[in-house]
Amino acid sequence: MKVSLFITCLGDVFYPDVGKDVVEILERYGCEIDFPEKQTCCGQPAYNSGYHTDTKKAAKHMIQTFDHAEYVVAPSGSCAAMLKEYPHLFKEEPEWKERAEALADKTYELTQFLYRVLGVKDTGAFLPKKATYHTSCHMTRLLGEKEAPYKLLENVEGLELKELPNKQDCCGFGGTFAVKMTPISEQMVDEKVEHVEETEAEVLIGADSGCLMNIGGRIDRKDRPVEVMHIAQVLNSKKT
Amino acid sequence: MPMKIGDRSFDKRVEKGLSDTHMRETVRGAQGRLHTNKAKAEEELGNWEDWRTLSEEIRAHTLENLDYYLEQLSENVVKNGGHVYFAETPEEANAYVEEIAAKKEAKKIIKSKSMVTEEISMNEALEKQGCEVIESDLGEYILQIDDHDPPSHIVAPALHKNKEQIRETFERLKGYDKSADPSELTQFAREQLREEFLEADIGITGVNFAVAESGSISLVTNEGNARLATTIPKTQISVMGMERIVPTWEELDVMVNMLCRSAVGQKLTSYITGLTGPREEGDLDGPEEFHLVIVDNGRSNILGTAFQSALHCIRCAACINVCPVYRHVGGHSYGSIYPGPIGAVLSPLLEGYEDHKELPYASSLCAACTDACPVKIPLHEHLIEHRKIIAEEEKKTSLGETYAMKGFGIAASSPGLFNMATKTAPLMFSPFSKEGTINKGPGPLGGWTDVRSFPAPEKERFRDWFKNRKKEDS
Repeated sequence: MKVSLFITCLGDVFYPDVGKDVVEILERYGCEIDFPEKQTCCGQPAYNSGYHTDTKKAAKHMIQTFDHAEYVVAPSGSCAAMLKEYPHLFKEEPEWKERAEALADKTYELTQFLYRVLGVKDTGAFLPKKATYHTSCHMTRLLGEKEAPYKLLENVEGLELKELPNKQDCCGFGGTFAVKMTPISEQMVDEKVEHVEETEAEVLIGADSGCLMNIGGRIDRKDRPVEVMHIAQVLNSKKT
Repeated sequence: MPMKIGDRSFDKRVEKGLSDTHMRETVRGAQGRLHTNKAKAEEELGNWEDWRTLSEEIRAHTLENLDYYLEQLSENVVKNGGHVYFAETPEEANAYVEEIAAKKEAKKIIKSKSMVTEEISMNEALEKQGCEVIESDLGEYILQIDDHDPPSHIVAPALHKNKEQIRETFERLKGYDKSADPSELTQFAREQLREEFLEADIGITGVNFAVAESGSISLVTNEGNARLATTIPKTQISVMGMERIVPTWEELDVMVNMLCRSAVGQKLTSYITGLTGPREEGDLDGPEEFHLVIVDNGRSNILGTAFQSALHCIRCAACINVCPVYRHVGGHSYGSIYPGPIGAVLSPLLEGYEDHKELPYASSLCAACTDACPVKIPLHEHLIEHRKIIAEEEKKTSLGETYAMKGFGIAASSPGLFNMATKTAPLMFSPFSKEGTINKGPGPLGGWTDVRSFPAPEKERFRDWFKNRKKEDS
């Protein structure tokens, strides 16, 4: 099975190690990884800020870049959800709308692809730590994926998963919201960090690098002893 | 600008909200309780998603055929012996009510809760004419006696006050000398209000839903105050936004069910009142005269636009009760009598962007509001739509942002340029990085690094690693 990887901007530039784990996991299940080098950004920063003419440029480019793909997999619920938004952008351009729909139909977030398409339940990972999982908003509400990450984490050997109180609440990232409405965003991320600490987890796991960059950035600033891991890193943890 | 509250700037309002620890504690507690209660009420009903779909269909159908149902409603109200007045503007609505008050030589007017009368500042208009207007909803009563403190929530207007603050208000202004126990506070308000009910010349209510087929109005309360306001005074005036209508009692059943469960997590509130026309011969109580004022105030301009579904709102506040931004900043920070996600959508629609331009940005677009809405209004999408209008039509965003987004559009559609930008990122950020972390970022990143660390870009991007690995393999 050929899988075209959409690594996302954050994944490409800031968290390349997450991408390496994604590749290793998918290859373990016999997937052939295709990385279209022309890929750029899903366009969400412009879309959420209301610049839809500029977003369309990014969207058309991404549609063309992944036209050939059988499956598109991204290690981010939010970026995957954005690819699925494209058809809304092209309400008045039927040809592009059709191509956008085709892309939307074959796009998956990583855990969603593992659990729902490949039927994976246990990635054979080993991580003897106490952890908690942040259910990111776009993953659960826009993509509607509430189950796959938990199903996969359940089978990580040694992992003690604590439920995050108020897990449904946004961490305060929201893309440009974090820099436009900093004082509000700060209170939201502080509340999230408080809840993470209540669980006494050593590791905070998430499936979206944006949220993790936000919560992790606050944890780092406050010098709290919590490690932040992308779910791909957890699912690819091995006995050393 | 009747919906606007106060003259402070958005930033100042937020600053004040964030520093109000009492308010934040109270709102946080209330959101927690409401969340649990709503979840229980959803589960108990079963098939919640199906009920939401049905409710959305009912609201969409009604709004698609609003002219038909408004005419039917109006005809039936008249048939029942009532009067109907269509007001296009707040001024028209208030003038009509003032005229009735003058005709009746009304000195005292008792009101049950109504957001639309807040929207059009009806109390102020009547007070100017010399009428004494008394709010009888407990929350509204507390705010009214506390120097007309504006509501901070559409269902629980005094949500921002805790019981100790309410006790203090009662003590300071009404000579209350008991404890902050809610039942004692309520008993005191009841005693105060009972006299007012008995003396009132006119009762004014809002309308939760009007029923077109019978020309009736329904009122949903937990305090029973709407019943007293519609049975004791000789004249009743009910004021509704033009979209608050259902075709028949069958749809009313569904909508009231969804309203009570979504608003307060109750199967039904303590009082659900259905009223059809004035008192008839043989009736023991009820008003001699009934007036229904149907207010447009910008609503018909929303019909047929991308925002039409915002008119589906049944004012349950479920979106407000789950909103993390609302939780931290409180209702007054929105600067409108309609706060939270629905307020951020509605306020600019009804009153323009000038006074409410920041509201569409006061959201992380987490979509908790959209998920909570019992009639499936895509609230976060409406917020994006507002941002689109502000950026692309009104062109009210900063020049810096406009150019940055243009640059983004170009880079994200030119792989060469994008590649160069990400490749040079480590170099660009190197003056700001220390041990893989940026603690004081340049430009807009400053907002980020004021409260959080930012990771420094890695020297080897994923795409470089992947390319090299492929080379090694072959």
